[in-house]
Amino acid sequence: MIAIVDYDAGNIRSVVNALSRVGAQDVILTSDAARLRAADKVILPGVGEASTAMKALQSCGLAEVIPTLTQPVLGICVGAQLMCAGSEEGDVRCMGIFPAEVRRFIETATEKVPHMGWNSLQEPSLSSGAKSRVLSSPLFAGLDEGPYVYFVHSYYPEICADTIATATHGVTFSAALSRDNFFACQFHPEKSGPVGETILKNFLSI
Amino acid sequence: MGLRDVGDAVDLGARYAAEGADELVYLDISASVEGRKTFCDLVSRVAEKINIPFTVGGGISTLDDAARLLDAGADKISVNTAAIYNPGLIDAIAGKYGSQFVVIAIDARVVSGRWMATTHGGRTATDRELFSWALEAQNRGAGELLFTSMDHDGTRDGYPCETYAALADALSIPIIASGGAGCIQHIADVLTAGKADAALAASIFHSGEIPIPVLKQELRKQNIPVRL
Repeated sequence: MIAIVDYDAGNIRSVVNALSRVGAQDVILTSDAARLRAADKVILPGVGEASTAMKALQSCGLAEVIPTLTQPVLGICVGAQLMCAGSEEGDVRCMGIFPAEVRRFIETATEKVPHMGWNSLQEPSLSSGAKSRVLSSPLFAGLDEGPYVYFVHSYYPEICADTIATATHGVTFSAALSRDNFFACQFHPEKSGPVGETILKNFLSI
Repeated sequence: MGLRDVGDAVDLGARYAAEGADELVYLDISASVEGRKTFCDLVSRVAEKINIPFTVGGGISTLDDAARLLDAGADKISVNTAAIYNPGLIDAIAGKYGSQFVVIAIDARVVSGRWMATTHGGRTATDRELFSWALEAQNRGAGELLFTSMDHDGTRDGYPCETYAALADALSIPIIASGGAGCIQHIADVLTAGKADAALAASIFHSGEIPIPVLKQELRKQNIPVRL
């Protein structure tokens, strides 16, 4: 069973549709802690404003539950941000699964905000001298180097020890993170074509 | 293009997505209540099948219209005529669903040396000047501008690149160029000299004249960053 966290934070239909396209069965929407704990996989979607979304998560009591889950958990977009330490958006403390702070992009003549559109993912360890440009996390198994994924966001998680893919939009930021059983994508795998479907399939088989 | 039924539109979208289109735009040109319902059904079916972002537009004049399309699974909606007569519609939709959900579509043509917005596919003149209207729409919360020059649409002579570049300098939101492409170089030009963030085309793709993979390979060759 795959549980999508239902906390009134936006459009979950596109995530449901994408799971269905990759052949996932038994997908439920729930805000019930017991059902989340019983799921094989948990997906935390999210759109909208981070501090509002965090409050919604707290008000259904899930902000304490999610960090204690032991099955694979995938946060998407604002869901990913809520898994970070805190966000500048609404100046809110988040769940702290990843040590990254979430910052606002600074608009420049060439880099518009929101960052909206396709951008390519890079292996973070490249900067520390890794030889391969192919993303090494199991979340990205089977993808070529520099795969393009779809982003819509004005805030980004900073680079941290848990960064598994970076993207650059004026600054280089965490496009994806993972630690233990927790995974997070700042981009939208459900809207990222065949690459996104590969990422979702990889998550489902972790 | 005249689609025979909804299935055609879904399949066509899936084909373009598979060929490498980065985003799809569906415009509702039906004027009846029955037509609206069919369009909402189409949006649901597109959302189920298509794995890239898609925008829907045509006749959206209330927050409820936008809500129905969001519920059906649209990633973005585009507003045009209704926003000209009721600019607060942009604030209302962007305020509720976010700027990333609202594309402002402007059809304009040059009248006495000024770019003026038009409605009803260019047939009706308005007193709104393109640049001030685009800026107002941005300030009200539109997240992207889809600008079509009615002087170039259908001509296949290319886009008015200077106007696009001036818009790009004046606005901070992404600009999508639409209308006028007759060949690959026109699209390359509007993405470079025209400083547009994206280009939209219909007939050159529908006719099969310019296959999307060929277009994107050529753009890449010209050092324009594209997803292949």
